[in-house]
Amino acid sequence: MLRAVSNHACLRQALSSTRTLRTGLQKHVHKTQFVSVRHVSTTKPTERAEVEKPIVQNGELVFPGALRTSFVNNMTFVDPTTQDSMPTYRVVGPDGVQIDKSYKIDLPVDTILKMYKDMVTVSIMDAIMFDAQRQGRLSFYMVSAGEEGMAVGSAAALKPQDHVYSQYREQGAYMYRGFTLDDFMNQLYGNKHDQGKGRNMPVHYGSRELNMHTISSPLATQLPHAAGTAYAQKMAGVDGVTLCYMGEGAASEGDFHAALNIAATRNCPVIYFCRNNGYAISTSAIEQYKGDGIASRAIGYGIETIRVDGNDIFAVHRATKKAREIALRDQKPVLIEGMSYRVSHHSTSDDSFAYRSRGEVESWQRKDNPIVRLRKWLELNKHWNEEEEQKFRTQARKDILTAFSKAEKVKKPEIVSAFTDCWEDIPPHLKEQQQELGEILDTYPEHFDLSAFEGGRGGLHDK
Amino acid sequence: MLTRLRPVLRGGVKASLPSLTKTVSPLRGYSSLVASHDSPNLVNLSEAPFLLNSANAALSHPELAGTAAAEGQAKQLNLYQSVNDALKTALETDETAVLFGEDVAFGGVFRCSMDLQERFGADRVFNTPLTEQGLVGFGIGYAAYGSTAIAEVQFADYVFPAFDQIVNEAAKYRARSSSNFDAGGLTIRMPCGVVGHGAMYHSQSGEAFFSHSPGIKVVMPRSPFQAKGLLLASIRSKDPIIFMEPKILYRASAEYVPTEDYELPIGKADVMQEGSDVTIVGYGTQLYHIHAAAKMAEQKLGASVEIIDLRTISPWDRDTVFESVKKTGRCVVTHEAPRTGGIGAEVAAEVQEKCFLHLESPVQRVTGWDTHMSLAFEDLQVPNVTRIFHSIKKAIEY
Repeated sequence: MLRAVSNHACLRQALSSTRTLRTGLQKHVHKTQFVSVRHVSTTKPTERAEVEKPIVQNGELVFPGALRTSFVNNMTFVDPTTQDSMPTYRVVGPDGVQIDKSYKIDLPVDTILKMYKDMVTVSIMDAIMFDAQRQGRLSFYMVSAGEEGMAVGSAAALKPQDHVYSQYREQGAYMYRGFTLDDFMNQLYGNKHDQGKGRNMPVHYGSRELNMHTISSPLATQLPHAAGTAYAQKMAGVDGVTLCYMGEGAASEGDFHAALNIAATRNCPVIYFCRNNGYAISTSAIEQYKGDGIASRAIGYGIETIRVDGNDIFAVHRATKKAREIALRDQKPVLIEGMSYRVSHHSTSDDSFAYRSRGEVESWQRKDNPIVRLRKWLELNKHWNEEEEQKFRTQARKDILTAFSKAEKVKKPEIVSAFTDCWEDIPPHLKEQQQELGEILDTYPEHFDLSAFEGGRGGLHDK
Repeated sequence: MLTRLRPVLRGGVKASLPSLTKTVSPLRGYSSLVASHDSPNLVNLSEAPFLLNSANAALSHPELAGTAAAEGQAKQLNLYQSVNDALKTALETDETAVLFGEDVAFGGVFRCSMDLQERFGADRVFNTPLTEQGLVGFGIGYAAYGSTAIAEVQFADYVFPAFDQIVNEAAKYRARSSSNFDAGGLTIRMPCGVVGHGAMYHSQSGEAFFSHSPGIKVVMPRSPFQAKGLLLASIRSKDPIIFMEPKILYRASAEYVPTEDYELPIGKADVMQEGSDVTIVGYGTQLYHIHAAAKMAEQKLGASVEIIDLRTISPWDRDTVFESVKKTGRCVVTHEAPRTGGIGAEVAAEVQEKCFLHLESPVQRVTGWDTHMSLAFEDLQVPNVTRIFHSIKKAIEY
């Protein structure tokens, strides 16, 4: 009600005013609001937004729902199938040769080598952990084969103070930002060193230290969170953005719409990175949506958007770096759609050959993937050779297996962890339930074997 | 769990893993097995005494008396196969029926819709985009036209985006139009409950959330025989139904199931075992643990335990429960879901109100703790045989 009154007042003011409304309003708003970040305590954003809203243009009232529209006298429906598909940006092609010569790859060689090594390490870790799950030593695992480039390349364009929301196939981003092999293994085994205290399924990583928010299994729930975190960064006036990963399947969830729309309307410095790998478990992208990928939707929300070749780590990196600049400078969201192919099964619970052919998967494996492409570039530019490759792979495998063996032997967290962290403190009724468990364990000690847990029975801390 | 090594998809990496013998528990080293080697909590789900272990036992089931199904055949199925059989029957007998959800077309992640698209075509059995609110809302509209919608939500943990559609739409469609329209043709299937390694987001059992809403019914079968009859009755019910399938039972529980079409009553509990000392009320997977605990109580305490499977969790069969508690004078309710605001709270409140003068001891709730399910601690969080036995003992010794 209040809003209606205020709009009405604004309308009257505008109609009686001789003030000419400027075109290019969007730019002006962004600029003003970017400034407002630095003066949070003194500006009144609501008032300003109302003053700047165009009410009349060319002597006619402007429909408030489409400020930039014009009038035509021939009736045409827009048929999306007749429009061009958004192009996919590439720096380096599948043969490792640079295509975009206008761009000078300005990354230090050491950084490029770290990107390469992290991708290789992740791929070896994935293979080992996939096997470990098949042997029954791990309850679950998700491989990121084919998508290492999107995770590593985007993470490499961020700053440590940036916040990251993952879906669940971005182990490369974790590794690049400093999650160690021990961190990975402790989480996968849910042992007492796991930051999640053994509560989560494997691959649900998280790290406060690295500003990486703990992964949640439900899809797309992290997208609105990312907008909120970015808005908090904006309000705090910090030099930081939020990057949020998702898959093309998750983009079908209602939270995708909610997040992009709120991020756009609140001008949140957030980068949405969609890993379009062609499959949501068994559902192919063709069944998932009819439009031009995910990128086309972001445009509908008024979000600056680019589509990149996800197998080209340079394209991913460059786009993310630029997106970060835009998000920070203009204080607004950006969406990147990385095109790739899920070479792996969805997870260890999935056998993807039930719904796609081996030939399709093998074609992608053989013809193009981000690791091979970067290796080709490195070798063409004399930064890497076969000998270094073999040496590095051997060492990486050894390091992974060492961390693996170490983590597997570590005890599970204390059993009190079944009760802690649900609330800040254990409330009285839950304390009672904790004691109820203690009574059971003491009355029937022969029914239980708590030797796998740190401190055994004593780890309940109920007395 | 010790499955064969699969070829690694990416070339070049063949991991040589350290020996398995060093792990704490070779069977489930990663998670929360806390039972000692001879613990009563090691319940073999496939050996539950109530599973119908012959065709004759299935066909002569009293709830089939006088039906065509009793005159037909029966074959041994596990729970996912029996759900598949019920879905096939529903699609065969109702040409308006459609089956849809995420990954349903290739058979579903739990294989419940296997071969159904081949049989009934891609217009009737199909994948939806990945949106629970979308697919449930779609089902409501399909049902509101008068047709039959069978929606699958991939995990009960993932139903919550559809909460608005279920609670504000499916549940209220009939009431807001005074029965001019209804969404009774909608059934929402979802796998629920713990499975040993589902942790926070693949273990939940949200029946209490839905039971709080008038206008919908919540059903959970305990076994393959029950699943087929209850699912067919749910699909044909004139009320929207949330049909929760305990996913640990999909493969673990096998039983003889009639091959013909049959229904089991919605809203009717099943007295699975008669007894005189204490009534235990449960549903779903808990019944396997309840039976083991009842047997232990009989052996160790000489207790005679009456066991009731609610089957329909909401609205639940109060008459059957009250009659039983008035006879035994003691009542224990169990469920996996957390205690506060759970089904146990509802049963306990009604029982104390309606059976007060018959009670010999307070009604007890044996439930999941008021915490989220953990990978490492599941065995300590879900009610087990020990905890149910302990509650029987407390009830009797009160």
